[in-house]
Amino acid sequence: MNPAFSVIFLTTLIGVGQGMFLALFTGQSYSAVELLPTQDSAHFYGTGAMLALLFLVGGLVASFFHLGRPERAWRAATQWRTSWLSREVIVLPIMMGLVFFYSLMHWFEWDTVLFTTKAGARLQLTLIIGTLGMLTTFALFICTGMIYACLKFLQEWHSPLTVINYILLGTASGFTLATAFANISAPELMRFYAIWSMIIIAAGFITRSASLVRNSRIKAKSTIQTAIGVRHTKIQQKAMGFMGGSVNTRDFFHHATATFLKTMKWSFLLLAFVVPFILLWVGMDKHNSGILIAAFVVQYIGLLAERWFFFAQANHPQNLYYQTI
Amino acid sequence: MTQLALVIDLNVCVGCHACVTSCKEWNTSGPAGFMTDENPYAKDPTGTFFNRVQTYEIGEFPNTETLHFPKSCLHCEDPPCVPVCPTGASYKRKEDGIVLVDYDKCIGCRYCSWACPYGVREIDEQQQVMKKCTLCVDRLYDETLPESERKPACVLACPTSARLYGDVHDPESEVSVAIREEGGYPLMPEWGTMPSNHYLPRRKTRMHIHEDELQRADNPLNKEQRGPSAPVKTPTLDDSTSW
Repeated sequence: MNPAFSVIFLTTLIGVGQGMFLALFTGQSYSAVELLPTQDSAHFYGTGAMLALLFLVGGLVASFFHLGRPERAWRAATQWRTSWLSREVIVLPIMMGLVFFYSLMHWFEWDTVLFTTKAGARLQLTLIIGTLGMLTTFALFICTGMIYACLKFLQEWHSPLTVINYILLGTASGFTLATAFANISAPELMRFYAIWSMIIIAAGFITRSASLVRNSRIKAKSTIQTAIGVRHTKIQQKAMGFMGGSVNTRDFFHHATATFLKTMKWSFLLLAFVVPFILLWVGMDKHNSGILIAAFVVQYIGLLAERWFFFAQANHPQNLYYQTI
Repeated sequence: MTQLALVIDLNVCVGCHACVTSCKEWNTSGPAGFMTDENPYAKDPTGTFFNRVQTYEIGEFPNTETLHFPKSCLHCEDPPCVPVCPTGASYKRKEDGIVLVDYDKCIGCRYCSWACPYGVREIDEQQQVMKKCTLCVDRLYDETLPESERKPACVLACPTSARLYGDVHDPESEVSVAIREEGGYPLMPEWGTMPSNHYLPRRKTRMHIHEDELQRADNPLNKEQRGPSAPVKTPTLDDSTSW
């Protein structure tokens, strides 16, 4: 496929927003059962959730650039029974709304303690909103991943690993952002977030590598023989019916060299996983915001490369019909 | 249930592109609006087409064969492009099985074109909606046309009658008989999309002549024919009556 930048930015930006929100909610849940020190609502959770919302809005804006007719985008919410894209269109605003209310309630401290258990755990109103937000966040990850994983003849995508990678890579980048954010506004939580980000980055590295290994061993189900239905080992396309190119030649192939593809693969493995892991470790030891922010920026650039490669690597069977002028 | 479809006979297609031009001509002047052409007379021309004729070379020189291969929407019985559409703009008609796009609902997200393994959906770069073969649905039911013309434009234009049109669910229709008796096959059957359009393979008419068919061993003339008479040694009437 030819990677579309609108979709690359959409998936990476909402991934950061979703991960950041999960990080905040995880922190709050831990502190509700007194595993972590309680934070100032407005400054940490309120601002943090706003930051997450900012990334989600950025992703939503990017998605509109992918549409030919953005003014009709509202129609995309109608086919939730069959289309994962439609489900994403519904879940994304719901999640954004919940994050907005989560932020607002922390900001204005509308945070009634509903009840306290004998052991001292407090169930706050924001935790309920947060739980709903967490569930929709995972639903959104699944929708985004399934948009790609459900296309069975794009064999590189048609795997549970696609969904798992969307969940892990998005969450990892959000937790890295949360680490940098915590170092500024809640330093005592920084180690907690840094260690979790490193764990998720390591897990993401394993599953993404697994999908790379899987994809390198794929045997294409469609061949030129099944495409035109002629049983002969030597078939060459001599003309594709036009000479000037069409949507079919532009949208479905990346037009990059094999060397470039290889470079992208190794750079995303380094930038999205190895370098941010090391930077997080160093930044955690030195309590240095600069290094932690650099970890997030490097990881985000790495994820852009990862997403580009994810699209470029998928080989669409329609390309069998468009091999030559 | 009716499933209208085309059957394309690769044995007689000569690759003249008449189906391509007649398709474009009919559909670009149709009620659904024009089909964009960008830079038609300049560098890098590009445009929206519902139908393409491609050419393949089978075999290796000198034993090659040229195959002209027209390709348009196959109107699959289980179209993978339809359920992925987020707006419901892509749909399959219940009454005749034609897969269509509602251009007023399409948001141009291109997801359906990703979901089609055959690459027959082309986005209109100017109108930014997805377009594809309609099987000339605006001809099929038009009672102002004579009945013989209520067929897709490509079928009417084909000079070699390589394109047959009809209901593939009716076992006695021309198309069903052709598929059944001439070895019609679907494209990329491995994906289970069940394309309604079928292709008839190249068929060679070969004469199998054995040597003893050239020199018939049982030629009755060999038995019945009297051989030429031997030269006459005795004097004949011609010898004695020489005047």
